[in-house]
Amino acid sequence: MTISIRSVQKQFGRYPALNHVDLEIADGELLALLGPSGSGKTTLLRAIAGLEFPDAGQVLFHDKDVTYASAAARRVGFVFQQYALFKHMTVAKNIAFGLDVRKGKDKPPKAEIAKRVEELLKLVELDGLGGRYPSQLSGGQRQRVALSRALAVQPSVLLLDEPFGALDATVRKSLRKELRRVHDATGVTTIFVTHDQEEALELADRVAILNKGQIEQIGTPREVHDNPASAFVCGFVGEANRFEGQISGGRFVAGPLSLPAPGVADGPAVGFVRPHDFTLAADGVEAKVERVNVQGALVRVDAVLASGARIEIAASRADADRFTGSVTVAAGKSHVYAA
Amino acid sequence: MTADSLAAQRPVAARRPLFRRRSAIPGFGLTLGVTLSVLSLIVLIPLSAVALKAAELSPSEFLAAAFSQRALAAYRLTFGAALVAAVVNGVFGVLTAWAMVRYEFPGKTILNALVDLPFALPTAVAGIALATLYAPNGWVGQFLTPLGIKAAYNPIGVTIALVFIGLPFVVRTIEPVMRDLSADVEEAAASLGAGRLATIWRVILPALGPAWLTGFAMAFARGVGEYGSVIFIAGNMPYKSEIAPLLIIIQLEQFQYAQAATIAVVMLVVSFLMLLVINAIQAYSRRFV
Repeated sequence: MTISIRSVQKQFGRYPALNHVDLEIADGELLALLGPSGSGKTTLLRAIAGLEFPDAGQVLFHDKDVTYASAAARRVGFVFQQYALFKHMTVAKNIAFGLDVRKGKDKPPKAEIAKRVEELLKLVELDGLGGRYPSQLSGGQRQRVALSRALAVQPSVLLLDEPFGALDATVRKSLRKELRRVHDATGVTTIFVTHDQEEALELADRVAILNKGQIEQIGTPREVHDNPASAFVCGFVGEANRFEGQISGGRFVAGPLSLPAPGVADGPAVGFVRPHDFTLAADGVEAKVERVNVQGALVRVDAVLASGARIEIAASRADADRFTGSVTVAAGKSHVYAA
Repeated sequence: MTADSLAAQRPVAARRPLFRRRSAIPGFGLTLGVTLSVLSLIVLIPLSAVALKAAELSPSEFLAAAFSQRALAAYRLTFGAALVAAVVNGVFGVLTAWAMVRYEFPGKTILNALVDLPFALPTAVAGIALATLYAPNGWVGQFLTPLGIKAAYNPIGVTIALVFIGLPFVVRTIEPVMRDLSADVEEAAASLGAGRLATIWRVILPALGPAWLTGFAMAFARGVGEYGSVIFIAGNMPYKSEIAPLLIIIQLEQFQYAQAATIAVVMLVVSFLMLLVINAIQAYSRRFV
């Protein structure tokens, strides 16, 4: 189902949580809302779910205005960071809840509900655990239950609020792949909120980056990573070395470092170079190596420029031995924005 | 190999006493020891003295004292009124806790203090106040009399006194649990299509179940043992509005100590059994915690 957010505004006290946000979500898309805490990403998600109501603007499901429709009427599946399972119900009862509370002829017969629960348990690889209580499950398992509970009602859209936030790194990683698999299997339009850029880049079809209640950029993971639209996006998505300097005559200068800055007006500016865009080169700037850190196939090098600026360089493992003492590095690609 | 060296090879764990597992939390022996001593001095020894006293009677005398028509009527009133009062408190206690946890309103602090008042007030004061209010010519009673309701000097009066006495138990046991219920769970229910009533009925109340049972059991137990407030509003008519604790006092005043102890034993056994059943239900309802 397509979802349109039109100029949505929401204020908490004097603090604007959403400031004229526009967003179109395509049918069957997996979209990430990425931003730091307080950026409004959760508020936006809750406005789509019907758990929060905007002060102004519209939320449309398939061109139907649902801005002030209740959560129950919208048929959305919502997954919470802290699972929000019903503790007094078994896993199977939890998953069946959305079907169980239906009334009259909307309510499927018992056998059908049981069959649906079995299917969902299989989908999230929890078969045989239907009789357990949530307290008897691990965090990862609980979140899978929450996911299948949300899917049980065949929602028109699946919304996840920091779904992996409370889990440890290994479980996070496997659940990410799981969510992608479930999304591909069901084809349901999915929106998830995260502050973890790695998660957003790995999982989503498109990423919307929010800052201070506004969308700074929206695009595929590759677009937002390679062509960040603003200094904020560049600093937030992916790793980047940040430099403060001046632009004059189309070049950005910060201490010994000089970067091309075509089309940016003269004046104070910030420049970014991603760690892997620094390469060893004869005609570069001098950097004193402080520490070399091997991480799998990469080496991460902490170095200091003559100006005192600290930089991080990522290079292939094969080059590890070349980073000793003093090296000269050049920035292959850089991003410069007027400050 | 000698027997000694065999013994030395035996795993250390095998030699540990049955009830003492190695634990990082110290003081198991001390706390259990103190608990059992105090419990004995305050509860077990006095109660067994009651049983001993009752045992002075011959079996036929015991039965006569324990199950006389008057005593049976008193048990029925005592346990019946305590049960009804606990149920009433079970309903209004939840509402009171709900109002205090969910909403902010002027005078909330005062209401909060008022809930605890039955704990602190001398029960005789409560009894006299209630009797004055609910008597046929009292402030509240005068409006009930034309409706044909007599709310004092009969079993209804007893129940009113026990409701007063038991209210804080339910409110205070439910309140913290209700406060801990996260908004998430209700939002999850709403997003799954549950209406407000279904959410309360199927999600919130079941989560409160174990705490509610605790409060219910305490209110009930308190009601069974209550004496001070009840005797002022009960009317104390034998066979009609005479509670078992009063019957014990009456026996004592007639120097029938063993008969008094007999009634006490019956109450003790019934109360113990009922609390045991409630605790068992509660343990079952906590299986998901």
